[in-house]
Amino acid sequence: MQLFPVRLTDARATRRGKTLVGPVDLVLGGQGTTVVIGPNGAGKTTFLRMLHGTARLGSGRIDWHCGTEEARHHQCFVFQQPVMLRRTVLQNLVYPLRLRGVARAEAEARARDWAAKVGLSEMLDRQAPVLSGGERQKLALARAMITAPQLLFLDEPCASLDGRAMREIEEHLQEARAAGMRLILSTHDMGQARRLADEVLFLLHGKVHEHAPAEHFFTHPATAQARAFLNGDIVE
Amino acid sequence: MVDIWSGLAQAFWLVITLDAELVEIALRSLQVTLSALVIASLIALPLAALLAVRRFRLRRTVIALLNALMGLPPVVVGLIVYVFLSRSGPFGVLGLLFTPTAMIIAQVIIIVPLIASVAHQSIRDLWQEYHDLLISMNVTQGQKIRTLLWDSRRALLTASLAGFGRAIGEVGAIMIVGGNIDHATRVLTTAIALETGKGNFALALALGFVLIGLAIAVNLAIHALGQTEREGRW
Ligand SMILES: Nc1ncnc2c1ncn2[C@@H]1O[C@H](COP(=O)(O)OP(=O)(O)O)[C@@H](O)[C@H]1O
Ligand SMILES: [Mg+2]
Repeated sequence: MQLFPVRLTDARATRRGKTLVGPVDLVLGGQGTTVVIGPNGAGKTTFLRMLHGTARLGSGRIDWHCGTEEARHHQCFVFQQPVMLRRTVLQNLVYPLRLRGVARAEAEARARDWAAKVGLSEMLDRQAPVLSGGERQKLALARAMITAPQLLFLDEPCASLDGRAMREIEEHLQEARAAGMRLILSTHDMGQARRLADEVLFLLHGKVHEHAPAEHFFTHPATAQARAFLNGDIVE
Repeated sequence: MVDIWSGLAQAFWLVITLDAELVEIALRSLQVTLSALVIASLIALPLAALLAVRRFRLRRTVIALLNALMGLPPVVVGLIVYVFLSRSGPFGVLGLLFTPTAMIIAQVIIIVPLIASVAHQSIRDLWQEYHDLLISMNVTQGQKIRTLLWDSRRALLTASLAGFGRAIGEVGAIMIVGGNIDHATRVLTTAIALETGKGNFALALALGFVLIGLAIAVNLAIHALGQTEREGRW
């Protein structure tokens, strides 16, 4: 099943007639990690949702190599504020597997494996909504990865985490990337962008301002706005 | 005050001697109300879930209607059911008037709006919380509804218990459609009304205490069920 390349043609995310993001014309290839950066309100979250298919596409098209319907079944999304099912940690991990018809015993075994991988083994029977921010983020990540999606979206996965939790999450992401998972994530942390990115999408005012390989973007940003953003200046 | 003490004493006496008539009436109360509760929950809970997750044209109207029906006076419900079931009414041939079935029908009509409204509110709140995740996970309509019902089951239990409380204490409607016939349709509330009318305050009070005890016992039993489940895997 080949999701990539995905082609966006004049794609626009709209809400009540207002364009939030776009128009975007872009082709994303099948390898590595795409990091979406840009100031607050630039449209990072909306862009990820539009690609994922949960933000209304007001106009234009998004063409996955295998077709939209098929593509939806091979991608997961980790939200900036992870949604915790009001169940135990174990049952949160089991849930996406059961949706796919995996037998209960098998699903629980895999859930335990993943809990161990992200360091949540001690709290399998804890109710998920009472976890700390870092634990929630790890649970959301494991719950997304447990179905082995080909593509994983992450919206500012480390926005509210301390250094150690951030490093753990990044290690899991690097590992997933090495295993061939395609990652598209947004961040406002330039350090994280440098560590994880193979290519960068720089968004400004709802438009893709630059799309470049990471090494190129960070050393030779093409526009004054990108340069200013990398310097930590305020971008208008 | 004397009446209250003698009522308590009499209730105590009736209960520990397992007075045959009391047992019969109390069991009928339970049977009618629990039947109504099960039927009403089977109608109200899926309806509540549907109202929370489906956008259809008459959704707002149905919700407004349910809220309005919550305040429906039971006596009026009884009257309407009576008209429908009476010999000259559209369902007269069924011969249901003055049977426990008629009382169950009336109680179902009285508590469905209550259970559905309360359940709808909690399911709607949960749906707001889960919306993005479930949409992202591509769940089917059926999976969505099952997830929401399961994860709000404690609130749904509370909604159902509120319905039970309303039904078991109801007297106006079941008096009209049941007729308070001895050994046939007499239940605790109608017996209380009858004894009060006859001036037997102590006996009426005794029946009242039994009614309260029954309501509390059912609540505790159902909560205990919920408790054992909480310690389980889910
Ligand atoms: N649900 C919404 N309704 C209206 N406007 C929205 C909504 N979500 C986002 N926006 C607007 O769209 C723009 C992009 O927002 P967002 O994608 O959240 O940016 P970012 O994630 O880069 O901070 C902002 O101007 C924001 O106010
Ligand atoms: Mg955002």
